[in-house]
Amino acid sequence: MADKKPGKTEDNPEASRRDFLVLASGATAAVGIAAFAWPLIQQMNPASDVLALSSIEIDLSKIAVGQSITVKWRGKPVFIRHRTAEEINAAANVNLAELPDPQNDKERAKKPEWLVVVGICTHLGCVPSGQKVGENRGEHGGWYCPCHGSQYDTSGRIRKGPAPTNLPVPSYEFIKDNIIRIG
Amino acid sequence: MSVVFKNRLVRWIDHRMPIFSSLHHEMYEYPVPRNLNYLWNFGFLAGLMLIIMIVTGIVLAMHYTPNTTMAFESVERIMRDVNYGWIIRYIHMNGASMFFILVYIHIFRGMYYGSYKAPREILWMLGVVIFFLMIVTAFIGYVLPWGQMSYWGATVITNLFSAIPWVGEDIVTWLWGGFSVDNPTLNRFFALHYLLPFVILGVVFLHVIALHRFGSNNPLGIDMKRPQDSISFHPYYTIKDAFTIGLFLIFFCYFIFFNPNYLGHPDNYIPADPLVTPAHIVPEWYFLPFYAILRAIPSKLGGVLLMGGAIAILFVLPWLDRSPVRSGRFRPMFKWFFALFVINCFVLGYCGANPPEGHFILISRIATAYYFAYFIVILPLLSVLEKPKPLPASISESIYQPKNHLE
Ligand code: HEM
Ligand code: FES
Repeated sequence: MADKKPGKTEDNPEASRRDFLVLASGATAAVGIAAFAWPLIQQMNPASDVLALSSIEIDLSKIAVGQSITVKWRGKPVFIRHRTAEEINAAANVNLAELPDPQNDKERAKKPEWLVVVGICTHLGCVPSGQKVGENRGEHGGWYCPCHGSQYDTSGRIRKGPAPTNLPVPSYEFIKDNIIRIG
Repeated sequence: MSVVFKNRLVRWIDHRMPIFSSLHHEMYEYPVPRNLNYLWNFGFLAGLMLIIMIVTGIVLAMHYTPNTTMAFESVERIMRDVNYGWIIRYIHMNGASMFFILVYIHIFRGMYYGSYKAPREILWMLGVVIFFLMIVTAFIGYVLPWGQMSYWGATVITNLFSAIPWVGEDIVTWLWGGFSVDNPTLNRFFALHYLLPFVILGVVFLHVIALHRFGSNNPLGIDMKRPQDSISFHPYYTIKDAFTIGLFLIFFCYFIFFNPNYLGHPDNYIPADPLVTPAHIVPEWYFLPFYAILRAIPSKLGGVLLMGGAIAILFVLPWLDRSPVRSGRFRPMFKWFFALFVINCFVLGYCGANPPEGHFILISRIATAYYFAYFIVILPLLSVLEKPKPLPASISESIYQPKNHLE
């Protein structure tokens, strides 16, 4: 025993007790540091009170046909448009093969007269115009992004310009005929 | 000496900026006396604690709001809503207490083994600067949650400056940025509480530079003379320090997880009210001895001066104790006066925690007298009167002589 050298050497090919201790304490320290780091990283994620505000309810009964409103949900604009019959038709009668991001209008609107989309351009995050009467709505009658010219149709689908995808539809449900809950 | 690194990138950088060589020199081969006991681990632990405080403090600052209308609630939000906010706050809160425990032991260690004596006077004085900065940082930090104790602690401590003749009131107004402790005070306290730990970090850096000039003192208080007297910092003392980190973290975790508010005051969970002072207002435990000195003196200015003097006198300790022998082990009389000094600090702390009535007044006056007498009378006299025991010839000799070993 006494002449055995610690560590793995030519005379002593076996891993020694010291090797084990070094590995075991190194591993323990690594786990400890990771356990300490976890709360320090997680604290930057949304807190409980922020999450508690992450769903909102909206009464649609006051929105006239053809009118749009913008509500704030999780700090972002959500566009709600009460679509006219022409707008619904325009959205429905599109050759999906022509679309950069093909999607059927039926998948995007739970009820045809109501379109609910997140009002953030999928290019680089500007808010497209077209909510107010007289604002530029682009060639397809939906929205027009002033930043780099992306154009969206009456279903919020990208038709022209640099944006890659359609305006996203947030998860929402009709909790009454006239009331939706977003989030 | 000069090491050759295997990694070529390391070599390339080191040739242009010798950071790896100096780390190797100061943290690997750095020679340390081979006979240190566990009291020499507390400086390392204090450094670890400083890092923990800075890390958790920055995280808290991401959620805290330095405004009188929102500060208290922002802290409650950290406790209830922020992910793991409760544990981060409890670490920071109890960490302050741990930091003082470690540093008090560290200071007493230095006082017993004469680590403040030549050639380590600057090292010692930098330590006192760190201690002073820690006191200011801890006091200011305690104000931030804006509870009742925060508010009244801030009021009482800032009012200490009003004792200064002529300009006292103006200084207090200047500190407050108004006519009472209020939003401007809280806002500037937050700015300073964020700044000071980094100042401490800088002074710790100087402290370590000064330490490495002559290396650590040791329980025998004699210099390292031969290579046999020392061992390299790594792996011997890195392992020893790592071991005590484990023990210390267990102690620390007991408070964080099982008794997080034991060292605090329940009144600080009541929002600050400038119109009502709590019945018992006491500072945090680590200030109690100094608080007792403040109250022991029946004069406003006198109390403030003595309280400040209790810290300031540490600066000149190297010149009050003229005994050529460092370690208390070889000083048969000093030993006992030092032990009494430590007990006396606890007595002062005990008095500080109790209302200044009845026999507490008398006890705190006697204890205050002993505190100062230790520095001004006892140490200078012992330097002349005491006959030290003979010192061993060298560190290694004292270890290898079987006789010494047995006794
Ligand atoms: C933030 C607080 C502090 C930190 C991080 C710190 C750090 C250190 C470290 C790492 C050492 C070397 C290890 C050791 O000998 O324990 C040391 C030594 C020393 N410190 Fe501190 N220190 C702090 C506060 C203080 C204070 C408040 C004083 C005195 C008033 C002080 C006085 C000394 C002395 C005299 C030594 C040399 C001890 C010897 O060689 O025997 N330190 N410090
Ligand atoms: S952000 Fe809308 S087009 Fe670039």
